[in-house]
Parts: sequence; C-alpha cells; structure tokens
Amino acid sequence: MDSARDGSTVLRVEHLTMRFGGLVAIDNLSFDVKRGTITALIGPNGAGKTTVFNCITGFYKPTEGRIALQRGDAAVWGSLESLTDSGKRGVVRADGALYLLERMPDFLVAQQARVARTFQNIRLFPGMTVLENLLVAQHNPLMLASGYTFLGVLGFPSYASAERAALDKARGWLERFGLIERADDPAGVLPYGAQRRLEIARAMCTEPVLLCLDEPAAGLNPRESAELNELLLAIRDEFAVSILLIEHDMSVVMGISDHVVVLDYGVKIADGAPEAVRNDAKVIAAYLGVADDEVAKVEAEVGL
Amino acid sequence: MGSGAQSKRVDMTGALRDAGFTGLIAFGVLLPLIGFLTGVDGSNQLVLTTRWPLLFAVVAIIAACRFLYCFALMPWLARRAQRPAPSPTQASFSLKLRGALARWFIPSAIGFFVAYPLIIYFAIGTSGGQKWIDNFGIQILIYVMLGWGLNIVVGLAGLLDLGYVAFYAVGAYSYALLAKTFGLSFWILLPLAGVLSSFWGILLGFPVLRLRGDYLAIVTLAFGEIIRLILINWVALTNGYAGIISIPRPTFFGIPFNANDDGFAATFGLSYSPLYRVIFLYYLILALALLTCFVTVRLRRLPIGRAWEALREDEIACRSLGINTTNTKLTAFAMGAMFAGFAGSFFAAREAFISPESFTFIESATILAIVVLGGMGSQIGVVIAAIVMIGGTEILRELDFLKTIFGPTFDPTQYRMLLFGFAMVVIMIWRPRGLISMREPSVFLKERKAIAADLVKQGRG
Repeated sequence: MDSARDGSTVLRVEHLTMRFGGLVAIDNLSFDVKRGTITALIGPNGAGKTTVFNCITGFYKPTEGRIALQRGDAAVWGSLESLTDSGKRGVVRADGALYLLERMPDFLVAQQARVARTFQNIRLFPGMTVLENLLVAQHNPLMLASGYTFLGVLGFPSYASAERAALDKARGWLERFGLIERADDPAGVLPYGAQRRLEIARAMCTEPVLLCLDEPAAGLNPRESAELNELLLAIRDEFAVSILLIEHDMSVVMGISDHVVVLDYGVKIADGAPEAVRNDAKVIAAYLGVADDEVAKVEAEVGL
Repeated sequence: MGSGAQSKRVDMTGALRDAGFTGLIAFGVLLPLIGFLTGVDGSNQLVLTTRWPLLFAVVAIIAACRFLYCFALMPWLARRAQRPAPSPTQASFSLKLRGALARWFIPSAIGFFVAYPLIIYFAIGTSGGQKWIDNFGIQILIYVMLGWGLNIVVGLAGLLDLGYVAFYAVGAYSYALLAKTFGLSFWILLPLAGVLSSFWGILLGFPVLRLRGDYLAIVTLAFGEIIRLILINWVALTNGYAGIISIPRPTFFGIPFNANDDGFAATFGLSYSPLYRVIFLYYLILALALLTCFVTVRLRRLPIGRAWEALREDEIACRSLGINTTNTKLTAFAMGAMFAGFAGSFFAAREAFISPESFTFIESATILAIVVLGGMGSQIGVVIAAIVMIGGTEILRELDFLKTIFGPTFDPTQYRMLLFGFAMVVIMIWRPRGLISMREPSVFLKERKAIAADLVKQGRG
C-alpha cells in the first residue's frame, strides 16, 4: 500500500444532499479528504455530521450527490466520469480501485471499498470477549480461508493457519491499544475509555483505507484524549490510513487534524487548515453566537 | 425481647391478611373454573352442577401456601440474603468443582447415552425394555436434536422462530413421500430431506429478513401454520388428515428388521425380536443428534458462528464491519432447518405413519421451551431441559400407583401441562436466563472465562 502523503485525494464528496421528508439534513456539501491525513468534521449539535458519516458508510442512501473513494494508484481517478456514467458501483484495476459509495450497501462499503467506522454511542458486541470482537472484524478474510465454512467444518489446516494469523493480528492491535490484559474479558465490562479504544481497534482490524470516527474522544478524560491523539497520529503515519473524524473536543480537533470542515445546519461554512478555521468569523458565530459588537444591535431588534 | 415478640405478632397478622386476600382472589378466579361444572344429562340437556367442597378445598390450600410463604419462607430468604458472600477460597473451590464437573460430565453423559440401551436390555429384558428405549430414549433424543437445531437460530443468531416444527414436517413428509413414491432408501433420503428443509428455511428467511422481535415471531408462527394447513388440505399429495401410512422402515445397510429369513435376526443368527430395530433406531438418532452437536460446536468456532453471535449482539455493528447480514441470517435459518429435516425424516422412518397432527404449534412451543429452559446457546442445557420436559411427560404415564391413592379415575397425564407451567414459572423465577446461562467464549488468548448471562444479548429478532 502506498504510504506517501502525496496530496492526492482518497475521498471526494460532491454536492451531497440528504433530505428526510421536508427536512434538509445536508445541503449541497462538497469536500475532499486527502490521503494519509486526518480530516475533522465539526459543527454544532444537529449540524448533520453523523448524517454525512451515514451517507459515506452506506447506512443512508443520499438524496443527491456523489461520494467517490479511491485506493491504490491515483491515476484511477481518471475513470471517475466513465464510472459514473456506467451505472456500476466501482472499477477495480490491478494498480488501484475507485468506488462510488452512494451506490453500495453498507456492508459492501466496509468489505470492498474498505471504509471502517465507529459509532457515536459505542457499538461493541458486549457479550463476546475483546478478542472475539476483533475476530468478528476479520470475518471476510476468515470466511474465505474457511472455504465458506465447508473446509472449516471438515477441519482443513488452511483455516487453522488463517485463524492463527488473525489471532496474531488481533494481539498486535490489543498491545498497541493497551487492551492485551483484558483480551479474554467480555467487551461489555470494559471501562468506557477502553470500550472506545476497542471500537477503533476493531475498525482497524478490517484493514481500512478510510477510517471514520464518530466522536472518538467523547466521554474521555484529558489524559485519555491525549493518548487517543497519539494513537490516531500513529495510525495515520504507520498504516497510511486516512482518518475522517467528527469531534467536539477542540483539543483533539486542533491538536491532530490536518484539515477541518465545518458544518452548520447541513451547510458547509468553512473548510481549511485548523488555524484558519479557528479564526473564521462564520465559525465563531455558529459556535458562540454573533460577535460582540453586534450584540447591541440584535438586542435592540429583539426589544431588550 | 419484647420488641422481637411484637414484630413476630405483626408478621403474623400481616401474613394472615395477605393470605386472606390471596384466598379471595383465588376464589374469584376459580369460582367459574372449579366451582361450576357444565355437563349433559340423560335427555341431552345442558345441566349446571356446583362443586363447592372442591372449590373451598383448593382456595384453602392456596391461602395456606401463601400464609406459609409470607410467614416462614420470606423471612428465611431475607435472612439468607443478609448472610456474607462466600470467601475467595470457597469461591475458588466451587470454581474447581465446576471445572472438574465440566471435564467429566460431557464424556460420562455421552457414555451413558451410548450404554443406555444395553443397560435397559440387561436390567429389564426384551419385553419391557422396548418401551424404555423407544418412549424414553428415542423420544428424548429427537427433542435433543431439535433443540440443538433450533439453538442455532434462537440461541446463536438471536432470531426467534416459533414455526420450527414446519421444517420438521418438511423433513418427515419429504422422506415419507419420496420413499413411498420412488422407493428410495433411507440413507439417500436422509440428506435429501435435510437439503429440502434448509431450502424451505431459506424461503422463510427471505420475507422475514427485515423483521425483528414480535413481528418476526408472528411471521414464523404463521409459516408453521401454513405448512400444516397445506399438509391438511393438499389431499392429493399428502392424504390430508388421514396421513401417510406404511412408510418404509430404515434397513441395517440393506438388511431389513423383520422375521424373514433374510431379516436382521436371521442373518446374525439371533431369534427374532422387535427390540433390535428399536436399538438400531436409538443409535441412529443418537448419531444424528451427536452430529448436530458436533457441527454446531464446530460452527461456533468458525467465522460464520461468530458472525451469528455478533448478529445477535449488534446487527448494525456487523454491517459496519463488512458482514453480509442477509447471508448470515439465511445460513442460520438454513442450518437450523436442515437439522430439523434430518430429525423429521428419522421421525417418519421410526413411526412408519405421519399425519399433520404430529406437527402442531405445541411441538414448536415445546422445542422452544427446551431451548429457553436450557439456556439460550447452551448445548448441555438443551439436553437437560429435553430430559426434564420430554422424560417428565413420559414418566407421568408410568405413575399408575397414584390411582391407588386418588382413585381409579385419576389420570396423571392430564396434569402434564399444569406441571409444565409450574416448572416454567419456577425456572423463570430462579434462573430467568435458563438452566445454563453462561456463555463460553469461542476463542481465548490466556484463559477461558465464562461470560455472565446479563452481558449476553438475547437478540432483538
């Protein structure tokens, strides 16, 4: 896999619109995620951030728009228009692949396009052990190794070696995330912060190209969220995974993201480097209300 | 001292008042049920008779039980709850005991089931032994197998299936019709019946893929009834209510079990006895049940089994990990249905007669009760529950001595459902998640730790 942060685009969202009945949750949103970078999607509550995630990961079918994901050689972007016209879900070449995520059901987005995600309210398998959670994440390669169950039931050795490899991989991620001591405990008894980390480790076990994290630092204490920052930077740098994250914790957003997209009422109001976004007047207004010098004017209008 | 006597007296009046209320409620409920009896007299007229002594006796017993419960049992339970928890050494001892039990229990249980016909044969002999092997052994093992099959759908995948008996019926009718029409042997039709049943399992699976919980339960219930109604009404194929008679019996690798010169007994130089067939059928169903168990245990450790359990835990998380939940659910339905198909074809071959009467909803309910009582997902729990539920029913037939106590008209089998209900209530109070509610992890790094039932989800479907 190419680990270079060559500035090419891994995910391109264009004119994304999502309507629920009369409610426009996302209105004509376009942004890019560059390869090997961390992009933060921020905005006040109800801005439509999770809806964007659900559209990207196939849980919602967007009303309008195109969501293209590319992996491998960036030259495959050239076939974007012909792919769109062909009506197919994706094009796979020897040196790269391009997928139109809005055309794929959720499990194929994860399986073929390799987009992994976590959830705002953690979704683990609480009655299964930590280790089992990570093995479920490797379902598709293991299924293939077990000959779609037939060879596995008959006890072919090819499956045994595949399972050993899967266990090694799981062990590696557990060590990296500091969960190795809890490997045989049920996921449901882990403390909150460990459950958040486990969900990210589970997503990483699917070997994603793009990792979508929905509020990974929610409910973490300052020390834990600092550790999370380290982990996410390590994932970005070592595994060439591009990360798209929704976050309210500004220490995480400003500390690690390379690029920030700000949503308000489903509309993109800012898009750029963290520093630029932090000083953007529209962003400040969306988060804090109107600027100081306008307060008097607004109060006069309201009649105070 | 004085205050102790005081509280005792208060307890007494409280218990008496409680018992009085309970008696009143019991009187209200039982007045129409026990107090009045409608019947037909000699001139075909409807007559109403009253049974006051019986009614008052039952009400008095209920009130007395309530009084004892409030006065004696409840304080005792409260005292017991206050006692300190067992010390760590005691706990580790009980853990060791459990480990030893687990290690020895399964091999000795399998050994017992294998030796059971021989034990009966030598203990009781040929004439009385047949009943014990047939009615007890084979009957229980059929339900063990059905319970293990349903366990895949309900216990592992968390999909509540109330129409499981439909697949049992498909297996039975597949064998009966194909064997009678084409004269195919049992050994060819056994796998074929499994394939046909799993095909119907997939057919049921498609429409219910999007349903959950109560809705799924109702549709599967309806499916079970549809299959039964088709069996009743498609007379040209199934012979309706009359059923199918003289279904060919399975042979011992081509040697039939009869009194002829080429029969089993003559071939092996034994004197003819119907017991040989029964023993053969016993080992056949034992092998089929063990196959079901073996495959299920294997599947649990394969990706498909983990996907089933993950599906029960959280379907959305499964989809986010690239698991095709449609295929996963359909394979669960197909697998469960296949084992019911095997059991069904065995049932048809054993009885040599099948009719839609054998595949009513109560069968589905019994199988589901076995799975739920045993503890969803637990293989051993299913065996224990099947022995209790099915063996218990059969035992009731043997309690003839009760007639000497309650009079010649007393029939213990009539109290079957009452006892079932009672057992259900007790189990649900005592162990709401079934007899064996711990989940065994399918894989571990250092130590296999059982997972407490309250962490394991029951599935929403």
